[in-house]
Amino acid sequence: MNVVVLNEVRKGFYLDSVALMRLSREVAGSPGVIEAALMMGTPSNAAIMRNAGLLEEGTAVKGNDLVIAVKAESESAAREALDNAIKSLDKPKTQGEAQAAWRPHSIAAAVTARPEINLALISVPGEFAAAEARKALNRGLHVLMFSDNVSLEDELSLKQQARAAGLLMMGPDCGTAVIGGAPLAFANKLTRGRIGIIGASGTGTQEISCLISEAGAGISHAIGVGGRDLKKDIGGITTLMAIDAFDADPETDHVVLISKPPHPDVAKSVLERIGRSRKSYTVCFIGASEVQLPANARFSPTLKGAAELALGHKQIGADFDANAVASRLPRSGRGGIEGLFAGGTLCAEAQVILAAAGRKVASNAAIPGVPKLGVEPSAGRDRLIDLGDDEYTRGRPHPMIDPSVRDDALRAALKNRDLSVILLDLVLGYGAHADPAEHLAKIAADRGQDAPVLVASVVGTEQDPQGRSAQIRKLEQAGFIVAPSNAQACELAVAIVQNAGR
Amino acid sequence: MTDQDRPQYQQLLARKVEVVNVGLEGFVKDLRDCDIGVVHVDWKPSAGGDPQMAALLAKLGV
Repeated sequence: MNVVVLNEVRKGFYLDSVALMRLSREVAGSPGVIEAALMMGTPSNAAIMRNAGLLEEGTAVKGNDLVIAVKAESESAAREALDNAIKSLDKPKTQGEAQAAWRPHSIAAAVTARPEINLALISVPGEFAAAEARKALNRGLHVLMFSDNVSLEDELSLKQQARAAGLLMMGPDCGTAVIGGAPLAFANKLTRGRIGIIGASGTGTQEISCLISEAGAGISHAIGVGGRDLKKDIGGITTLMAIDAFDADPETDHVVLISKPPHPDVAKSVLERIGRSRKSYTVCFIGASEVQLPANARFSPTLKGAAELALGHKQIGADFDANAVASRLPRSGRGGIEGLFAGGTLCAEAQVILAAAGRKVASNAAIPGVPKLGVEPSAGRDRLIDLGDDEYTRGRPHPMIDPSVRDDALRAALKNRDLSVILLDLVLGYGAHADPAEHLAKIAADRGQDAPVLVASVVGTEQDPQGRSAQIRKLEQAGFIVAPSNAQACELAVAIVQNAGR
Repeated sequence: MTDQDRPQYQQLLARKVEVVNVGLEGFVKDLRDCDIGVVHVDWKPSAGGDPQMAALLAKLGV
């Protein structure tokens, strides 16, 4: 087949990654197009496009260039797709968009005009994120850095600068925070209450905050610290500051701390600080076993367990009986489980629960004690895949924004007769896809009668823009079994394969 | 210690959050829907798109 690659480079033209994804999809759907990408020409994006054979020989790009790259079956198809992409880019803005709001060109200009601004939400490409965070800190702003691919050295120096200035540096790679009801990045619409959250994990924070909110209690604030804050290199700088902040907050009675198991030295200093706190704590180090806790703290290795402790031992989804549900399901497959997760911490929780139930598991985002897929032998094990991991999201949006990241893996799993269960999560809330249940239902609609059982859980609240019960209904109508929490979805998956084995 | 004497990060939870958004535009609508003040920066990579130069300029306070 004749393959033609055409590029158009727009100098000094910026569009955010979600807008680029939308346009990329439009162009990729044009007749005769094999592959297409619209990306900012940052060094990492340029490498992705070069590896995919999408850059013409000799095309030079810089980080402030927008690159349109089309690979097509013919010159005319490539030219037409490229012209359509250019037309979309050049389409004049509607009057409403143009008049929507004043847009300064820098953080400095924004703060000068609006001195009441006290927080910067930064989600620019990782290569530029540290520079923007530094500008924000220099202006006396707290920072939530959603961007990832920021170096540990930059993270440490930004957090040290923030601490010296008395400012909170949340992130990098901070997926969520809720401060005084303000949803920052991926966040849910939560009932306000007296339970605070400190989270080194975005989806972990979302699962616990939603389970608490849906159980009738509420959240005061959720502070994100970034996935590496409790590593030895960073030393828990933001976590320790968050504990101080909750100590000073009269609206918070109890705090939940969520993280992967921290470095032992960092765990010691954080737990020692918790011991001096006036508040009571639930500590959730996903998958950790032995944790020496102070008297004012309780421990759970799972998100659901942590939410139940924070609720004063109230059981979540008490009416849900995994064994009873499993016994009513037809038997299919050869007993394997595959988890396809948008939420990294939900994938980690699944590893904890399946391993505790005696299943042999492997994951691309392996917790301690679990083999890493593609690195260690994993034949015959249940595969639990975090589709938000870098290998799936480099150069494209997170599966919570763009659920199509999961499509190919889900289609393959639906045809895999080794599998009895496919485990899925659906994450709702601000920032997330408008209707992820509809998207999943469409992919699953083509499955055969003997396809694996689809077991899902929905992270979200009734007040979220997508509405939790409406999303659950859509999934159930499409034949998914929906559990009240990720943990219970995992328990159901185990019950189904155990039932199939009898 | 009065609230005013505390470092800023200990006062954040008691204050109304006002946001400057730099990056994904979708976050702006979410904040406005919750009545949170937000200004969206019409951002472009600085220093001609050279990340190292942009980092250096930010460190120099430019």
